[in-house]
Amino acid sequence: MKLRYLIALAALTLTPAAQAVEPSEMLPDATLEARAREVSKALRCVQCQNETIDESNAEIAHDMRVLVRKRIVAGDSNQQVIDYMYSRYGDYVLLKPRFAANTIALWCAPLLLLIGGAFVLRQRLRDRPTAAPAPLSAEETAALAALDQTERRA
Amino acid sequence: MITELGHFALALALIVALIQATVPMIGAQKNDPALMAIARPAALAQFGLIGFSFAALIHAFVTNDFSVVGAYENSHTAQPLFYKIAGAWGNHEGSMVLWITILALFGASVAVFGENLPPALRARALSVQAMITVGFIAFILFTSNPFLRLVPAPLEGVGLNPLLQHPGMAIHPPMLYSGYVGFSMAFSFAIAALIEGRVDAAWARWVRPWTLAAWVLLTCGIGLGSWWAYTILGWGGWWAWDPVENASFIPWLTGTALLHSAIVVEKREALKSWTILLAIITFSLSLLGTFLVRSGILTSVHAFASDPTRGVFVLALLSVAIGGSLILYAVRAPTLEGGGVFAPISREGGLLLNNLFLSTAAATVLLGTLYPLIAEALDLGKLTVGPPYFNGVFVPLMVPLVIVAGIGPFLAWKRGDLLAARARLGVAGAGTIFVIIVSAALSHNDWQALAAAGGLGLSTWLALASICEWIDRVHPLRSGALARIRHLPRAAHGMTLAHLGFAIVIAGATASTAWKEEHNQIQAAGSTVTVAGYTLRFEGATDVPGPNYSAKEGRFVVLKGDDEIGVLTPQRREYIQPRQVGTSPAIMTVALGDIYAVLGDPDGDKGFATRLYFQPLVPWLWLGVLLMAAGGLCSLSDRRLRVGAPRRTTRAATNAAAQPAE
Amino acid sequence: MTDAPTSPEAPSPARKRWPYFVPLIVIAAMFGIFGKRLLDVERGADPRLIPTVLLDTQVPAFELEGLPGRSDPRGLAATDLKGDVTLVNVWGSWCIACVQEHPTLLQIAKENKVAIHGIDWRDTPDRGLAWLKQRGDPYARVAQDPHGEAAIAFGVTAAPESFLVDKNGVIRFKQVGPITPEVWRDQIAPLIEQLRK
Repeated sequence: MKLRYLIALAALTLTPAAQAVEPSEMLPDATLEARAREVSKALRCVQCQNETIDESNAEIAHDMRVLVRKRIVAGDSNQQVIDYMYSRYGDYVLLKPRFAANTIALWCAPLLLLIGGAFVLRQRLRDRPTAAPAPLSAEETAALAALDQTERRA
Repeated sequence: MITELGHFALALALIVALIQATVPMIGAQKNDPALMAIARPAALAQFGLIGFSFAALIHAFVTNDFSVVGAYENSHTAQPLFYKIAGAWGNHEGSMVLWITILALFGASVAVFGENLPPALRARALSVQAMITVGFIAFILFTSNPFLRLVPAPLEGVGLNPLLQHPGMAIHPPMLYSGYVGFSMAFSFAIAALIEGRVDAAWARWVRPWTLAAWVLLTCGIGLGSWWAYTILGWGGWWAWDPVENASFIPWLTGTALLHSAIVVEKREALKSWTILLAIITFSLSLLGTFLVRSGILTSVHAFASDPTRGVFVLALLSVAIGGSLILYAVRAPTLEGGGVFAPISREGGLLLNNLFLSTAAATVLLGTLYPLIAEALDLGKLTVGPPYFNGVFVPLMVPLVIVAGIGPFLAWKRGDLLAARARLGVAGAGTIFVIIVSAALSHNDWQALAAAGGLGLSTWLALASICEWIDRVHPLRSGALARIRHLPRAAHGMTLAHLGFAIVIAGATASTAWKEEHNQIQAAGSTVTVAGYTLRFEGATDVPGPNYSAKEGRFVVLKGDDEIGVLTPQRREYIQPRQVGTSPAIMTVALGDIYAVLGDPDGDKGFATRLYFQPLVPWLWLGVLLMAAGGLCSLSDRRLRVGAPRRTTRAATNAAAQPAE
Repeated sequence: MTDAPTSPEAPSPARKRWPYFVPLIVIAAMFGIFGKRLLDVERGADPRLIPTVLLDTQVPAFELEGLPGRSDPRGLAATDLKGDVTLVNVWGSWCIACVQEHPTLLQIAKENKVAIHGIDWRDTPDRGLAWLKQRGDPYARVAQDPHGEAAIAFGVTAAPESFLVDKNGVIRFKQVGPITPEVWRDQIAPLIEQLRK
């Protein structure tokens, strides 16, 4: 967050300051405006460091916001607007990467890691004689009781 | 002159660190007490030298010595003293010096307070610490010299970036680095234990206080960073999954896992090699975070390229440190296994699940953060991985984690009874269902309902379960409750507090995301906007001078019904040096959240663009973070973790007889 | 305890060794990727470059007005980019790097190698005109794009950017940043020759 704002600020020093989503940009129709906001939050400001066009102060983000609204007013669906930007800038403009050949690893990794981790855990637990734990020995009971006591209360 | 001395001290510290990195290690291998004994004075000398060097750097900033490049670029005579000092670490070079100063401080404290450590373990750990120091000082001296001079010296400095002139940002780096460095202690102990081939409950008890301290500091550091973003950046967000944020969040996730798995090592002598691995990984990720952010590899590959020496150096350094320790791990860790057996449903089992979800979450955030870089290197195109990805994968991983965090503490060690736990969780379950229904009813659309019900339900579950568990232990209403509270280990109180804090963070995060209210408009003086039932009357804007900026200050009167309950004065600042425009939002905390006002550009004679938000439960985020940190501190004060508590010799004697009963 | 306290010298008998190498392998792969990236960048890959997805596709449909008051006040449309190879240059009077690029464009125009069309991006006509008057005008046609719609259609991220369009109106080359004499000599000029064949 720090860095992208430094960069945004560096841009500000060169150009007149603009605010993210200026009132003058907003559509009079609240439903359409809400849709425009939603679309804007899915698109990256192509000049900035990891910022959506919705929150960016860069001028190109302003232009993109205006264009998003223009297309929505013209009757495009949210997905059509996003697709248009995608056709112009490619993967770079999408904050949520598409599920495609170049992002399979990205999207599948969390689930695979979780399954893999769970599998390893199960293996490790099975390695140990826990399937049918032997009844506690007297000394073990005493040890656990002592542990429990310090745990629970004095 | 002082500057040159500081530079010289740093070079001397490198030599001392080289000695400390080698001699005690050889001593420990040969079992030579004289050689091992060198570690302690060396650690103290190192701290003295690096401390002096850091002081010399701050001196240059405080005395406006603009012949020092760092001071010229990050300080200004008009800058308040506090920010002159903070400016010393508000840049790459200075922050590196701060890093090694904290590292040396921690090393020195092991030397001073580590009397009860076995000499060989202490010597090895300090030696590993020194190796880290060697790498860092070399990096500073050869690629990032903070004492570089400018000839001729400019009369005035450029000034610290105005956004960084904020109390949160001034103490954020020291906090964060203390956290990172704290994990270096766990790392050094892990490496020392791998070399010794011995990990036991006593080892875990030496490592846990450092890990806890590091975790508390990192938690606060991340919280401060988030608070800073919220109060200064002016769009009301507190977390954006930015690479810079992720860089500190990933080690926090693995550090949290480490904290939990170390408990299992301590209590049950199980999960040893996993805990060692977590210690290595957590510090490796801290290193990665520090370097990748500061050298810009992560955020913009361009900065990486702008100084290839730095990039190559960073890569070499990380390869040696991380690669070396993982080779050692691969070779030695298989000998560490064994320890207490346990059934899947048990306290250990719960903690293992915690580790599974936290590690997967950490790996996922790491992958998402690095993926653009990976894709580019593998010619998969230039792409962006933004918040929708992180929210989409991170949140589902947190759901089971929170559920388990509620149940786990009810399970006994070794073999738990899920049915008994379920009976005691009835209240928490009922409360959760109630909150889910209420939050769904309060929402305006499906998405809101799902997010709010899910998040607040989880929060309630964890909070109630934690409280129930605590009540179960101390029975506050029966006689003798105070004694029971006093006798319950501090670590147990700490857990309750930290889990409660986590629950509150979840509630804050959920409510502020699902129910945030935003109003964007042009306002003329006298016009009003209603925000979450409060009426905000704009009374125009006036010019206000500041120490190093001039500002337009808007004035909003906040009305509840007809009663005036406060005034908000957001500013739009134009900084004189460096020339930048910044916003300074005004925030007023009311019953269920913050009213957040931002003043925008004037729009001719029609008035000003204003953005007004209602941010539900955002203060809970900060409260929750504080509670988590308080929980960590409470745990840290546990007598078992105090200096002098664990002694391996006594443990060994009782080892065969019983599980270490503290 | 039933499980005897572990002695460090005696590893569990059935424990496989290879899983302990997994972290090392993962880290090695990660560093391999970092290293490759570092090498690429040092060999001159520009990390800021966003490769255009428009390469080898038809120029986007656009129709822009010209600068009133210019000697040739005609605007520019996608249909104007057919018939011969053209160079479309996106610039603005506020753009600092464009100043640096300008002499090269003037030189290309003087040698009459290719028609250069300018898109004056996010600018006002009088500022754009004044800039051209002061620094020279290498363009065949100049169109104004005050709201950046054409620039977005071309996938422009920052000025200057230039597109080489073949006689069928297909984008064949994109230059991000100023066209330097080297870029012209080594990349654009040979490509024009080739496209004209």
